Amino acid sequence: MLGRKTTRQIARQIARHGLTLIATVLLGAFLSAVLVRCAPGFNVDEEELDPHLNSESIQALRQSRLEQRDIFHFYFHSLQRAIHGDLGTSLSLGQPVTTLLKDRLPLTLRLVVIGLLLSWAVALALALSAAWMRAIPYDTVATVISGTFLCIPAAVLALLSVLWNVPGALAIALIVFPRDYRYARNLLAKAYSLPHITMARAKGLSEWRILFWHVVPLAGPQLLAVAGVSVSVAIGAAIPVEALCGLAGVGQLAWQAALARDLPLLMNITILVTLVTLLANSSADVIGSMLRGQEA
Amino acid sequence: MTIWRRMACAILLLVVGLSAAANWLAPAGYAKQYREEADSGPSRAHWLGTDEIGRDRFARVLYGTRISLLLAPAAALLSTLMAALIGGLAGYLGGAWSRAAMAVTDLFLSLPWLFLLITVRALMPLNVSPVVSVLVTFMILGLLGWTSAARVLCASAGSLRDSDFVTQARASGIRGARLFWIHVLPNLKPVLYAQFWISIPAFILSEANLGILGLGVAEPLPSWGSLLKELEGLISVGEEPWKFVPLVLLVVVVTSFQLVLSKHEELAA
Amino acid sequence: MVGTSIEGVIPKAAFFPAGRGISRGLDIAHKGLFVMKNPHKKILPSLALSLLLIGSALAQGQLRFCLRSEPKTFDPLKVEDDSSVAIRYLTGGVLVRMNRQTQALEPELAQSWKVSKDGKQITFKLRSGVSFSDGTPFSAEDVAYTVQQLMDPSLHSPTGDAFRSGPGNVDTKVVSPTQITIAFPAPVAGLDRQFDQVAIMSAHSSKKEMAVLGPFMVADYKPGSTLLLQRNPNYWKTDAQGHKLPYLDSIKLDIQANRDVEMLRFKRGEIDLINSLDSEYFDKLASTSPQVVHDAGASLDSEQMWFNEVAKAPLPGYKKNWFRSAAFRRAISQAINRADLARVVFRGHAQPAIGAVSPANKFWFNAKLKPEVYSSEAALKSLQAEGFRLENGALKDKEGNAVVFSIITNSGNKYRERMATMIQEDLQKIGIHVNVVTLDFPSLIERMTQTFDYEAILLGLTNVGLDPNEQMNVWLSSSENHQWNPQEKTPETAWEAEIDRLMRTQASLADAKKRKEAFDRVQEIAQEQAPFLFLVNRNALSAVSEKVQGAGPVILVPQTYWNIERLSVK
Repeated sequence: MLGRKTTRQIARQIARHGLTLIATVLLGAFLSAVLVRCAPGFNVDEEELDPHLNSESIQALRQSRLEQRDIFHFYFHSLQRAIHGDLGTSLSLGQPVTTLLKDRLPLTLRLVVIGLLLSWAVALALALSAAWMRAIPYDTVATVISGTFLCIPAAVLALLSVLWNVPGALAIALIVFPRDYRYARNLLAKAYSLPHITMARAKGLSEWRILFWHVVPLAGPQLLAVAGVSVSVAIGAAIPVEALCGLAGVGQLAWQAALARDLPLLMNITILVTLVTLLANSSADVIGSMLRGQEA
Repeated sequence: MTIWRRMACAILLLVVGLSAAANWLAPAGYAKQYREEADSGPSRAHWLGTDEIGRDRFARVLYGTRISLLLAPAAALLSTLMAALIGGLAGYLGGAWSRAAMAVTDLFLSLPWLFLLITVRALMPLNVSPVVSVLVTFMILGLLGWTSAARVLCASAGSLRDSDFVTQARASGIRGARLFWIHVLPNLKPVLYAQFWISIPAFILSEANLGILGLGVAEPLPSWGSLLKELEGLISVGEEPWKFVPLVLLVVVVTSFQLVLSKHEELAA
Repeated sequence: MVGTSIEGVIPKAAFFPAGRGISRGLDIAHKGLFVMKNPHKKILPSLALSLLLIGSALAQGQLRFCLRSEPKTFDPLKVEDDSSVAIRYLTGGVLVRMNRQTQALEPELAQSWKVSKDGKQITFKLRSGVSFSDGTPFSAEDVAYTVQQLMDPSLHSPTGDAFRSGPGNVDTKVVSPTQITIAFPAPVAGLDRQFDQVAIMSAHSSKKEMAVLGPFMVADYKPGSTLLLQRNPNYWKTDAQGHKLPYLDSIKLDIQANRDVEMLRFKRGEIDLINSLDSEYFDKLASTSPQVVHDAGASLDSEQMWFNEVAKAPLPGYKKNWFRSAAFRRAISQAINRADLARVVFRGHAQPAIGAVSPANKFWFNAKLKPEVYSSEAALKSLQAEGFRLENGALKDKEGNAVVFSIITNSGNKYRERMATMIQEDLQKIGIHVNVVTLDFPSLIERMTQTFDYEAILLGLTNVGLDPNEQMNVWLSSSENHQWNPQEKTPETAWEAEIDRLMRTQASLADAKKRKEAFDRVQEIAQEQAPFLFLVNRNALSAVSEKVQGAGPVILVPQTYWNIERLSVK
């Protein structure tokens, strides 16, 4: 009986999340287009500086950007086309956005997923052992390690991964894990300090049992929220890593597009990133509330 | 425990003291270019060597500390407070509030803010003083940096809302802002501390990266971020170890911050 | 016309006459085989041996280096960006080629050519028996087709624009399959040299721009990561021993924008050469392996700074007055320590600039120009003569406004950032407060070409060609690229009018000596009026792995691989 009720609730929750998702993505696409359009440098092309070009050619170069000047027109036109599966053509690379994204998405996905898994493995291992051992020196060492990686610029980490020939996913993991670790450690420490868990420990329950029966339902929803957010962090980290390691992924593409003020490409990448962010965070929410329900 | 904390406090005080005494310790200042000794290693005259155009690295580290150590924690505090307010309230209120706040947060997480920053730079006059530029930069960082913590806080506050002791408190007549302030917010500390601690180095590094947009500290003013950027041209580790001093200093300071903070955390236990 | 001076670097190509490289390469391949073979197990069948041989030969014939950006097009006529230019150089067949070392024009697909006296017409006698990479035969029709496509005004090709000296159509006349005459509506200065940039396309091939006449052809392209060029099996050229060129089997180009990563990969042996190497890296490499680095001396490129002289610029009137005063600009120029810029920022791998033309451009450089002598005192004195005065260490103008301005440069270019910071300190000595602002390139271009919301800009000018016509649009006051004050309806100053006249005159003359007279005067005016403060000419630095044979880096683009067809890899 209870099962059916929660199923219906969850279905409703998913539907609500779906609606929010569509609205947010549409708004995100529009806002990103506005941001790009309003930022300086939208109407110019580096090639204008080529002294070989005569006046007419420079004017033609400037004209080519004019059609995207009216942001509302551009936005609705793009939406219309997107419904038919055409995401437009990149200004700077001259290729269809669909092809560009399709070619580069698998690499970035692999990079981000492996990076995230690695970072969470390290973060949870460190945080759990810190919570179990409750030894200040150990905690300090873990803090120094994660602090060090937090302080090294992402570009330097990416460069080091080239220097030592390690895969880019590891660089992403190293950029992401200190944040995960800090949240996880603080949340777990808090959970373990609660009276009923101290009591359970005193009763001699096994650490694993305490973890799964008492700690996970408590800290789980929050840890999931951290996990959801870490997806955005990993995507952000993919930009310098891909750009420096010469990996042809979406991160590298996003960077090129930003430098070239490539509106169609940027807007589609924003949509993609918004989608992934929303999916990650919403699923963290849904699963989190399921955990909470279980606890109740 | 107290020893660790005391040590951390002492280190922080020492760093602050050193940077305050920069005028005496490095009387030539951070901008003087010793052009005959550019990019040299440590020497009597230049303890940490000189940078690419011959400026004393030791002086730059000291003066950079002033800016970074003052402004990064301030910006981190701002972003933590914003996260607490937005995320905490959204989670505490729940329902449509929470959904709307989280949708905005997600949007914040995915928009290309780079272009906003470029626009901000365009709106500022070109001859802006370096101090104003760096203040604006850290303020923007603080204003944009709250998003990930807000999401976690929302989840935490959501759990708290349904928890026994908040229900009890509500039953005993404590309501609204008071309930949020007294019972909800203190329980969000683990997340708030994490956010604060992560933000400090993150903002210090971001400030340097915003240099490419003409934001952040302007030449010749130093900051830790701009000193750390020197590491980006490194093609071998260990060749010039003195270039790592700013990094080591930052790690030490960040760790000290954590140790000072963790005292409160243990107290909560 | 112009000889290269390469101080201290003997062109290596001289040691490896045609043909040596490849035979050497094979020698070593054999040696390698013997080392690999295990003498105790004499069971290597001949098949495995030959397979190994093929395998090693394939691996050895590949040259690898980095492109710093994504090539925007493979269509040689639309080429604008550096990476596309590089690919055009490697794959395109041209009628004539300027030898990057001797700077002399050499026959390629054209056996001979003749420019008419009025400079409007050129006749090429073409090589016969040549075919494109896909087997389509090459004839005068292809040249006609290429020129017609190139000159189509709607194409807006920079290569085509360089030929457009006056209104009217270009006429191509195919006299025979091996002879063609091309007539332009107005004289084109240095007409024959311009064809160095024109890669001939096939009029008939179904593969369009992918059918090429150059030594290599595009075999595989992975956007964002690599580009593989394969040798063109139909390439017409042979060396003196009759070996088919090019020696290399393939070229692997990695798209890698980051110089640090490029350097790392070079050190690890993953790439074989680096063009325009950073001076820090040059010194680092030189300290460990001096044989791989080459400093070919001052290049044609210049780094320069200029003030905003646009009348409608959104700047206060008093600032416009400073910037539009030649005396002010000259004084600033005098107060900049160029020798320090070259010595500190470029670690001595740059020369203080003298004028608009690099001394490396031997023929066109005006040797009578005197280098600017750095002197803060003299600069201050001439500013005081103009009514400026020094008050408590700050320079004020007649009306009492403190002299403060910003220098913008593009972010990410550490050399320019450092130069700007050094200029900041230099000018502080005469009481001028400079703010250094780094902007992302599009923002900078918008300020420079559209909003004119800037005070001073520090940028570089890359010169690919030697001819003054290459700089035509920089000097003509009506042009968009006349950076300090673009698109003037009529020249706003007498000296700009004079430069306009001189530039047009030199373009209409066929006599090189008279052209030089006119252009020498342009350089003198440019120095007197200082619309550009030329700072340094960077040296052409490069690194070439020891595995590469036949390389002799030069100052002209593409420095290290200008003789690509004669390079080989051990």
